[in-house]
Amino acid sequence: MDFGFTTAAYVVAAVLFIFSLGGLSGQESAKRAVWYGIVGMAIAVVATLIGPGAGLWPLSIILIAIGAVVGYQLATKVEMTQMPELVAIMHSLVGLAAVFVGCSADMTIGMVDAAKAAGEGVEGVFAELVAKKTPIEITILQVELVLGIWIGAVTFTGSVIAYGKLSGRVDSAATQLPGGHLLNAAAAILSVLLLMMYLGGSGSWTLVLMTLAALFIGYHLIMGIGGADMPVVVSMLNSYSGWAAAAIGFSLGNDLLIVVGALVGSSGAILSYIMCKAMNRSFISVILGGFGGAKGDQMAVEGEQIAIDADGVAAALAEADSVIIVPGYGMAVAQAQQSVSELTRKMRAAGKEVRFAIHPVAGRLPGLMNVLLAEAKVPYDIVLEMDEINEDFPETDVVIVIGSNDIVNPAAQDDPNSPIAGMPVLEVWKAKQVFVSKRGQGTGYSGIENPLFYKENTRMFYGDAKASVDSLLPKLD
Amino acid sequence: MKIGAPKESAAGEARVAMTPQSAKDLQKLGYECLIEEGAGEAAGFGDAAYQEAGVTIVSGSAIWDDADVVAKVRPPTDDEAMKLSEGQTLISFFYPAANEALMETAKSRGANVIAMDMVPRISRAQKMDALSSMANIAGYRAVIEAGNNFGRFFTGQVTAAGKVPPAKVLVVGAGVAGLAAIGTATSLGAITLAFDVRPEVAEQIESMGAEFVFLEFNEEQTDGAATGGYAAPSSPEFREAQLAKFRELAPDVDIVITTALIPNRDAPVLWTKDMVEMMKPGSVIVDLAAERGGNCELTVADEKIVTDNGVTIVGYTDFPSRMATQSSLLYSTNIRHMMTDLTPEKDGQVVHDMEDDVIRGATVTHAGEITYPPPPPKVQAIAAQPKAAPKELTAEEKRAQEVLAFKKETRNQVGLLAIGAAAILAVGLVAPASFMQHFIVFVLSVFVGFQVIWNVSHSLHTPLMAVTNAISSIIILGALMQVGSSSWLIMILAALGILMAAVNIFGGFLVTRRMLAMFQKS
Repeated sequence: MDFGFTTAAYVVAAVLFIFSLGGLSGQESAKRAVWYGIVGMAIAVVATLIGPGAGLWPLSIILIAIGAVVGYQLATKVEMTQMPELVAIMHSLVGLAAVFVGCSADMTIGMVDAAKAAGEGVEGVFAELVAKKTPIEITILQVELVLGIWIGAVTFTGSVIAYGKLSGRVDSAATQLPGGHLLNAAAAILSVLLLMMYLGGSGSWTLVLMTLAALFIGYHLIMGIGGADMPVVVSMLNSYSGWAAAAIGFSLGNDLLIVVGALVGSSGAILSYIMCKAMNRSFISVILGGFGGAKGDQMAVEGEQIAIDADGVAAALAEADSVIIVPGYGMAVAQAQQSVSELTRKMRAAGKEVRFAIHPVAGRLPGLMNVLLAEAKVPYDIVLEMDEINEDFPETDVVIVIGSNDIVNPAAQDDPNSPIAGMPVLEVWKAKQVFVSKRGQGTGYSGIENPLFYKENTRMFYGDAKASVDSLLPKLD
Repeated sequence: MKIGAPKESAAGEARVAMTPQSAKDLQKLGYECLIEEGAGEAAGFGDAAYQEAGVTIVSGSAIWDDADVVAKVRPPTDDEAMKLSEGQTLISFFYPAANEALMETAKSRGANVIAMDMVPRISRAQKMDALSSMANIAGYRAVIEAGNNFGRFFTGQVTAAGKVPPAKVLVVGAGVAGLAAIGTATSLGAITLAFDVRPEVAEQIESMGAEFVFLEFNEEQTDGAATGGYAAPSSPEFREAQLAKFRELAPDVDIVITTALIPNRDAPVLWTKDMVEMMKPGSVIVDLAAERGGNCELTVADEKIVTDNGVTIVGYTDFPSRMATQSSLLYSTNIRHMMTDLTPEKDGQVVHDMEDDVIRGATVTHAGEITYPPPPPKVQAIAAQPKAAPKELTAEEKRAQEVLAFKKETRNQVGLLAIGAAAILAVGLVAPASFMQHFIVFVLSVFVGFQVIWNVSHSLHTPLMAVTNAISSIIILGALMQVGSSSWLIMILAALGILMAAVNIFGGFLVTRRMLAMFQKS
């Protein structure tokens, strides 16, 4: 059978996907870009259903419909603050799907071998393709399959653990079984050995064992990474799910799978790279888990944290002409974005210049703060990146830090022994006055002491972020 | 150990170094508190109030014999200094630079003396900075005193009985006292101007609601950070420019409050006789520097005089004492904080830690030796010096740098290309042609992916992830192709694959749409 039409449709779909990713360069074009993606996906699925996937198509359509209902429920019910969890759990679906597809392909190969031996013909598009292949091509096919399954399995358990950590169901601290990365290495070596045996024709049990080893690696690797590094992990898993799709695409001989898999894989890789750069850490050290050990004593922090109440903050805000708000994960946890938006609206109505400074790794997912603020109807042109706004702090009257910690930590610049030394941070302490809204005196997610809280121009505004901001609102009228 | 506060012996001194409140806190530190009979009377704290707070009342000079730590406000008189005993600790204002004889006496008696006026100006020590707390009161009181002697309102009013112009207040010297005076004057409604030789305080002046009197003068100004936040003497030229400015202002202002002091020197004369003569009758000058000779030429210390042209000049030196209740409360709290630092274990035992910056700085005699002046504190006062600006590069240097950067980039790119090409060629040598076809597609896609993703704006990274997540479910094609297999197992696996990928497709795209719909321009 020849599928000239399908191939043509795949080309169109591939172009649409590229446009879809490229369109995300701006807020306005992004709205169009999603539609490119949706149409591309529709074309690809329909073309497959009509062409190579024509067998049992009514079942496929029913399954897709069920998937649509579930997906719709998920997407409309989710709170924007739970986005990181949702993305993580959806990655696990892709991973698992890759494992299933890979396994069934392996079985098809077995079936074709059996049919050939019996001298019978085979049915199904993929089976026919396999039947035509030479032994060396079959071996390559098997390597590709194994890669797809292996990466898919790592993605699956990794994403489930990442989901658990992000949603608080699993302890976010970096924990590892005794043996640490040696266990991972052992599992990886075992996988390679099993691959050899599989290629040598030892049968499907090697594949099953290898999948189990991969599932373990995914679990153990992500368990060993602290909660603060989750943004990198999520984008890394995103990348993995892409590579898994590409590997499966190789084995199925499907170019569209390869193209999209490569796009997704490289996109995830770049995002991880950007995240790591923003934290001034090497990708390897993130993957190996935890913060790199400090090289010496951290600078002792002098002074005391001085608390302030809502009246004090409101008075300072009433006097200020320019205000910068630095949101962090604490804002998302407290669901304070609506209150922050209301505060912004009131201050802007009073003629003050209000802006937001977003650090690249604020929150648990790249760009999460932007999404939350957008949800709360904060205009996006006053939401600025670190590089755009860092110069402006000295001319700013008041900075309000809501639920962020490490990204405003001056130790990153002052203390070479700090675990985050060299990480670019928002220089909020240069402003005339800084208010830090924080739940208590603890050191927070990463456990690093923050000298900002002890500075003379810093006042601590203790309490739940939402309750704190809400208490300010009536005082600003 | 016992801590005691004697009655202040200086005439007219109403303050006391221990209040019932501070006594309670001191007892929590493990000390037993003593007070001389009637010591708090003038500040509004009767003996009964002390007794209620658990303080033992002692009479006469018994306090000097019984107490291990004596807390006072004013420096001890010679008589009092002779009562000091070996190992006893005295905490009070001391002015060691001006009181060398007194320091000798304390040394010879073997007492440890902590001078509250020597507490270094670092953030940690702010809570025991008695100079600041007293200066704050003096600044406030200076305005009240001025108002008392001024015949008009501070605030401007339009009433049925006529229009009242607001008073114009000039504050010279914006230290703690000056800033307190500015705050008080503005809150009373006066138009307030303020001047200081340290340009960096302009911002603080404006923050208190006053207008900074700007002096056009091109000379390198020493900023306060070098001298621990205090003003340094200015050059004769600068002084002239300053006086000229004051002459310009003198006919306009109704009230002048001068607070200019330079550490360990006589107060500079800033308000000369001719300026006083230029002022309107009824105007008031309050000179907070009267004790050190006064900023106004005509000031008489401890007295209020009225000049021939009807200008009142207040030269009192006891402003804090005039608000004895408030100043005792603050001063005793400063003392209490000092004791907290001296009692790290909270067990009522003084540990005189000479390694501690604050305690070392404030100690003038210790263990039979004079320890004044102290070494500079390890922690720099106020802000660190700004870093030297990066060196300006010349045009040639810039050009050379650009060329270097360009060369480096070219080298990197060519290197990467060569390695990539070699790797692909190596693959092509072993792999069959059917694989290479797909491989080319793969490599090109990765390349396109890298080119495209770099342009995605940071704020859209979350939507990007949702989109890539949605389109990674393209894996559904693989499942679709296999679901028609004749094997049941394969069909079930493929069907599960379809289901999960479908959830992902719809979930991913819908969430992305939801997110993007929220981004809106103002």
